[in-house]
Amino acid sequence: MSHSKTPEIILIGANHKTAPVELREKLSFSGEETIAALELLKKDKDIKESLIFSTCNRTEILYLPDKGEKINNTINFISQQRNIDISEFRDSLYILKNEDAFEHIFKVASSLDSMVVGEPQILGQVKEAYRTAVSSNSSGVYLNRLMHKAFSVAKRVRKETGIGDNAVSISYAAIELANKIFSDLSQKSVMLMGAGEMAELAVEHLISNRVKNIVVANRTFKNAVDLAGKFSGQAVKFEERQDALNDVDIIISSTGATEYVLTKKQVQQAMKKRRHNTLFFIDIAVPRDIDPEINNVSNAYVYDIDDLKNIVESNIDQRGKERVKAQRFIDEAVVKFQQWLESLAVVPTIKALNDKMSSIVEIEYNKTIAGLSHLSQKDIEAVRRMARAIASRTMHDPILFLRNCGDHRDDNLYLNISRQLFNLDIPEEKN
Amino acid sequence: MNSQTADIALQLSIMLYFASMAGYLLFLFNQKQVWHKTAFYIISAAIAFHFLSMIIYTAALKQIPVQNLSQNLSAASFFLGCMFLVFQYKSDVKIIGLFVSIVLSATMLIVLILPEAPIEKNSVLKGFWLYSHIVLVFSGEGALALACGTGILYLLQEKGIKAKNPGFFFKRLPSLDLLDNVGYACLTTGFALLTIGLISGFIYAKTIWGRFWGWDPKEIFSIGTWFIYAALLHLRLYSGWRGRKSAIMTIIGFFIIIFTFIGVNLLIGGHHQPFTK
Repeated sequence: MSHSKTPEIILIGANHKTAPVELREKLSFSGEETIAALELLKKDKDIKESLIFSTCNRTEILYLPDKGEKINNTINFISQQRNIDISEFRDSLYILKNEDAFEHIFKVASSLDSMVVGEPQILGQVKEAYRTAVSSNSSGVYLNRLMHKAFSVAKRVRKETGIGDNAVSISYAAIELANKIFSDLSQKSVMLMGAGEMAELAVEHLISNRVKNIVVANRTFKNAVDLAGKFSGQAVKFEERQDALNDVDIIISSTGATEYVLTKKQVQQAMKKRRHNTLFFIDIAVPRDIDPEINNVSNAYVYDIDDLKNIVESNIDQRGKERVKAQRFIDEAVVKFQQWLESLAVVPTIKALNDKMSSIVEIEYNKTIAGLSHLSQKDIEAVRRMARAIASRTMHDPILFLRNCGDHRDDNLYLNISRQLFNLDIPEEKN
Repeated sequence: MNSQTADIALQLSIMLYFASMAGYLLFLFNQKQVWHKTAFYIISAAIAFHFLSMIIYTAALKQIPVQNLSQNLSAASFFLGCMFLVFQYKSDVKIIGLFVSIVLSATMLIVLILPEAPIEKNSVLKGFWLYSHIVLVFSGEGALALACGTGILYLLQEKGIKAKNPGFFFKRLPSLDLLDNVGYACLTTGFALLTIGLISGFIYAKTIWGRFWGWDPKEIFSIGTWFIYAALLHLRLYSGWRGRKSAIMTIIGFFIIIFTFIGVNLLIGGHHQPFTK
């Protein structure tokens, strides 16, 4: 009997590890496409519950088949929905069942499966996918419970491990350093030396942190003007860079020069004029633009691209340790969810129901007999038989109903209700 | 109320100082706001009990509790606590509480261990100028202790950033700018209080001994300390001595204060000596 064992939960998907970006783009569902696809899955008699999670890095379908696994049907479904030939994406798919699927979805929600591990947006995206499934009415008791479990694990991982703490990109590391040097970046000015793509990228990150002012110095003055225009900053001649040091606080350098464009002596002179207010040099040029000796000047800090890379790497190392801890939380959650699933199965419910009735019968029988000392042994037996018969007759239909609930679409729903109705003590984890 | 009640309140405050230190250490390691909040409430309670103990003592014995070394240490700790509450209210450098709770726990432990020196009734220890001298000098020293604390935190943070090896403290300490600014605020406040405190001391000396200045060793060292801080502020304002150099100077300055506070009396003597027994 299929309903007496736990139901299958299957996850089929492709992510940044298995599929290149072009393929991921083709597989990805937009919000409206997700709703349309969920409508179709809902109509499918073979699928009891379903949820689609699609971002730029992954597309995953989580579902509960009625009978069998329906894997090929689902792959066909993806192929039709995304209008893409199966052969194109079949090899990039991972197909995970039950515990493996739970573990995967917990990892995704906890940002352990992300391209940038620990990035915080993923949980919001998973929640959005869940809301879509709920409002489309395609998810039910099982997937709802699974997703709630995923949210609570993700929250725990975020709170109790350092997964989300450490920067893993160079620009993030640079910003983080700037934030530990200066107390308020919005009061600080930035000078860009070089107007290439690197400089532009660096500024885009700083803009999001809203600095006070941006100055661009470049050998080709026109490019400096162009870039300064983009960020509503000022352009200065490359020869003016030393004077500009008096007024800026952060210098990002990415020129193609083969020699240092700023020397220790120049910075020492500038330091006097700026009354030794702190200067932070970020040198992303190769070969380097900023004389590393400048780091020895008081209140001047020089980080070149290798220094930043080292910080990023040590952050990744540290993340490894935190990962072990996060994995433990996830393993725990998988075990607990599995236990919940098993507790939902019919047999334990019926057993618990019978146990409960027997114990009521015993208690009431003993109470009654204690006050009826005049009864003969035969009478006592009769009373006992009657009490038992009433109980078993009463429970006969409900139990029959539960045993046959494979005919109903939502057997788990009835089990859940029965357990609540009779307040049955089946061990279940607390949320 | 008697002096025993005062002792009980004091012991209670010492226990609370240690508890707050534990709270701040937990906050240092796991960075949970709840620990910072708890530790802050505990240290506030400790300071309140400390104050209560001093009030009860004054009421019971009709003299202020600055008669011997242990009472003076205790009073200095109390004023450091008060200055901490003021600066914590004004700036958001949470981790400074760790420094303060460690210093307070340590000094109060010494207060507890020090044998109680016999106190002679001294009719000289009275009057407005004396009280303002004590309050201002202790508050000033409290603020300068905080400056020393932020200086230490600054050096810890700066070392990691300069060495390009941001380690354990990187995330846990605030930015260099903020530490420098808070340190500077403590420094100027402390210096101002110390200046007025010394002046009131001189006026007090005039009313008691009929002279402002008596070449007492404590007087000489106090003025020396004052000149060191004056020089530091001058360098900072006019020669841009900020950041690391300033942090090192505030730490050195505070050690000179400790010497002036205790060392001079113990090693050299002078008219402050009885208070340091």
